[in-house]
Amino acid sequence: MKKFSVKSIVAIGIGAALFFVLGRFVSIPSPVPNTNISVQYGLLAFLAVVYGPVAGALIGFIGHTLIDFSFGWCIWWSWVIASAVFGLLMGLSAKVLKMDEAQIGKKGLIKFNLAQVVCHLISWMVVAPVLDVYMMGEPWDKLIAQGLTAGIANAVTTAIVGSLLCVAYAATKTKAGSLSKED
Amino acid sequence: MTNLFNYIDRPSPIHRLSGASKLVCLLLWSVAAMTSFYTPLLVALTVLALIFFRMAKLRLKDVSFTVGIMLVYVALNNVLIFLFSPDHGVELYGSRTVLLPLPGRYSLTAEQLFYHLNVILKNACTIPPVILFVCTTNPSEFAASLNRIGVSYRISYSVALALRYIPDIQREYHDISLAQQARGVEMSKKANLIHRLKAASTILIPLVLSSMERIETISNAMELRGFGKEKKRTWYASRPFTPADYGSMAFCAILLILSLALTAINGGRFFNPFR
Amino acid sequence: MEKETLISFRDFGFQYTAQAAPTLYHINLDIHRGEKVLIAGPSGCGKSTIAHCINGLIPASYPGKISGSLTVKGENAVKLGLFGLSKTIGTVLQDSDGQFIGLTVAEDIAFALENDCVARDEMHEIVKKTADLVDIRRVLGHAPHEISGGQKQRVSLAGVMVNQVDVLLFDEPLANLDPATGKQAIELIDEIQQRTGCAVVIIEHRLEDVLHRHVDRVVVMGDGRILYDGDPDTVLCSFLLQTSGIREPLYVTALKYAGVSPTPEMHPASLPQLVLTQAQKDQVKNWFFRQPSPVPGEDRPVILEAKAIDFSYEGGHHALKGIDVAIYKGEMLSIVGTNGAGKSTFSKVICGFEQPQSGSLTLNGEDLTALSIKERADKIGYVMQNPNQMISKTMIFDEVALGLRNRGVSEEEIRPRVEETLKICGLYPFRNWPISALSYGQKKRVTIASILVLRPEILILDEPTAGQDFRHYTEIMDFLRALNRQGVTIVLITHDMHLMLEYTPRAIVFHDGRVICDASAAQVLNSPEIVTQAHLKETSLYHLALLSGIESPEEFTRRFIARDQEVRK
Repeated sequence: MKKFSVKSIVAIGIGAALFFVLGRFVSIPSPVPNTNISVQYGLLAFLAVVYGPVAGALIGFIGHTLIDFSFGWCIWWSWVIASAVFGLLMGLSAKVLKMDEAQIGKKGLIKFNLAQVVCHLISWMVVAPVLDVYMMGEPWDKLIAQGLTAGIANAVTTAIVGSLLCVAYAATKTKAGSLSKED
Repeated sequence: MTNLFNYIDRPSPIHRLSGASKLVCLLLWSVAAMTSFYTPLLVALTVLALIFFRMAKLRLKDVSFTVGIMLVYVALNNVLIFLFSPDHGVELYGSRTVLLPLPGRYSLTAEQLFYHLNVILKNACTIPPVILFVCTTNPSEFAASLNRIGVSYRISYSVALALRYIPDIQREYHDISLAQQARGVEMSKKANLIHRLKAASTILIPLVLSSMERIETISNAMELRGFGKEKKRTWYASRPFTPADYGSMAFCAILLILSLALTAINGGRFFNPFR
Repeated sequence: MEKETLISFRDFGFQYTAQAAPTLYHINLDIHRGEKVLIAGPSGCGKSTIAHCINGLIPASYPGKISGSLTVKGENAVKLGLFGLSKTIGTVLQDSDGQFIGLTVAEDIAFALENDCVARDEMHEIVKKTADLVDIRRVLGHAPHEISGGQKQRVSLAGVMVNQVDVLLFDEPLANLDPATGKQAIELIDEIQQRTGCAVVIIEHRLEDVLHRHVDRVVVMGDGRILYDGDPDTVLCSFLLQTSGIREPLYVTALKYAGVSPTPEMHPASLPQLVLTQAQKDQVKNWFFRQPSPVPGEDRPVILEAKAIDFSYEGGHHALKGIDVAIYKGEMLSIVGTNGAGKSTFSKVICGFEQPQSGSLTLNGEDLTALSIKERADKIGYVMQNPNQMISKTMIFDEVALGLRNRGVSEEEIRPRVEETLKICGLYPFRNWPISALSYGQKKRVTIASILVLRPEILILDEPTAGQDFRHYTEIMDFLRALNRQGVTIVLITHDMHLMLEYTPRAIVFHDGRVICDASAAQVLNSPEIVTQAHLKETSLYHLALLSGIESPEEFTRRFIARDQEVRK
């Protein structure tokens, strides 16, 4: 494996910490009682686009594992891996689709959202259930229903939170060069 | 939030094990428990887990919160499984013994009940080891342990960094959230979902962007003190292996072999009493 | 005997890749073993760039074009690289939270040793020894958020000392410390230097605070060039500091106002060693008598009143113990005290971020306790220290309009209100700019504007000038004063003594959850008991007044400030 720069190591650490804090402490009540919306996937999609597939995968993996750890219960490996896969796929699609995070326009946002919907579907409808069937021997129908709910919820949050983050980040990269004062 | 991960410092044989060997044990144990559906093995693992729990001098009240959530989760999971696939046990075990006839496909069968028992057992033998690991391992040892079991020290260090900056980011989130609430940002149930997500973003954007600025400072600070200079590094918080460490790792390895062997002998992952 | 030269710049220049003009021009500078050098200058003068060149972040992290040469212990710095340089040079960064990488104090001190693959037992030995050297042995097992800012800085220092470096480089070491802790930091640096014999380079614009202990040389920078390199006494006798935007020590300014021209023989760089002839003392005294006493402000009605406020955090920390405070309409006051004294908690209680367990809080006689955070914000605005933590929109207009939009105000009404606020804040010409194009000070104004637009009666600002140089400090504070004159009551939470003295007639001192003093800023800083208890620092004017035989140092301070305000206008 290629050597990481110190900066990507730090980005993974801080990214995982952010993922953790959002996933563990930020509660946005959802329409379904007793479930909260996972805003952290909007963040993960954004960070994967900025820092690349490997960082995306590790942020998802470490962040999710730590959340499970902090609850002190079982690590839900299937879902942890699905989070990592989502980060990886988002990072890869940013490369393939040539998204330029520093200058994301309307076109960029469409690409970002197409990619995130597909990546969420793969992660929650394929990766998570397949692993669960193997590891926990649970029935398909239930897993697909769970995966579908999670996938749609995550895609919606990513569409809003992730897109807003992309736009805000791109704005910090604009230079003052072309601006002039007005009276 | 000094104790985010519920580390409980008590003198016990489990606490004295090095973090690295506990991590290895946790992984071996989890694989052993996850690949198998051999019911007697699951029962044995559950009993063993409870014994180790005692050895670590953990009391039920230390982990009552976790256990509470866990029970709710296990119950919900079982209800869901039954709702979606009331005949999953029948498919798995290839017979149908109706115990209580109910309308529709929801007749209660012995096979389904036995399957549910397996699911519960599976949770019962995978959850306690994680609690055990979290409660008896100092977070400072996490990264050193990962490195010891072969994860590159760079990636191990990113875990340490995450642990280090979680409290800072949490505090920052709290402060930003209050200041934005003062400006009228509302996240409560009153607003609709889209609106709530947008509101959350007005907190997330400053949080994420200022954290990204911090990445540069931290990586400079690390490089100035020689991070990444050598091919490996030592760890202040690491602990040398003792015979107990080797012993416990060997024990868990045997468990895994046993689990795989039983699956092979059994000719399938599911132990079937109905055959 | 000539001392060994550790660092040597020869006709050195540097231009960042992303910038159109060089940041450093023709730098010639030598640092010798055992020497203590202060590099001072306003923001943007290139002093941080020099620090980055010395420790190797340039060119490792910040690429650019280098001309001339920089050698460290006779070797080419670029060839040595970041890691080679870290053996000779230890850097203590300004952001002590960013520098604190370990999960605990001990692990952070050990960080450099871990990277050098030092064996575990040896490492534990070195960590203990180094911790003793900076007196933090007691807190080795603590996490970063469990220790104070001063202790964090000691940890940073220990973390670079484990490498047995020859040069200690401090980048703005005073920026995040309260006055007394800053003073201790300067004393600690001095002791460490005497004990280890290493060279010390301090980058700082707060000249007076660094001169608290002896400095061998002062280097003054401006626009990427070295303007002065020599002993501190001489530079204080010139006008160089004023013209290059560095604040000279207040007592030196006072001497100059009194018509005493300092000469190097008087040792103006060190207050305890300052020598004044009888004639000069009389000159200061006469000036004092000639200066008119500032007229006290008229009585004003109470706007906010807190009575017997008691508050404990969930963990049990009793943060506020029976606080009684009255704030008067249209005043500008400071709340001071150490970290953890309760000043921030008090402001959170006022804003409704925390609910007190007992006590009453009224605004214009109306009870506040029943109001939500949002409702209170219509009357009391709160501005956070770091503008980057508040800004969530990309355009200035939208950022300022956010609070109004959240309150459901119609767009027709929003436009004139936002534009009016932008005009007050001097941001109107930039109204269609993205916020990212603004300077730090301008961003600060945007956050103030985004609160002002809600037309609060009281504005609370947390450390409004933290980390700003003299010019930006003056800019921000003059703006706040102008706002205050338009009728906004302003409360500043700060530990900047100059700010408190110069801009706020009244100061409330918090200590250990109580108000221990509520008086004029000059009174506070001239009462030694309060100063020690609340971790403040006496102003040097106090000592100058005593030295010159003036009986009322407090009145002297007051008259000096009044005069200084006129001169600087």
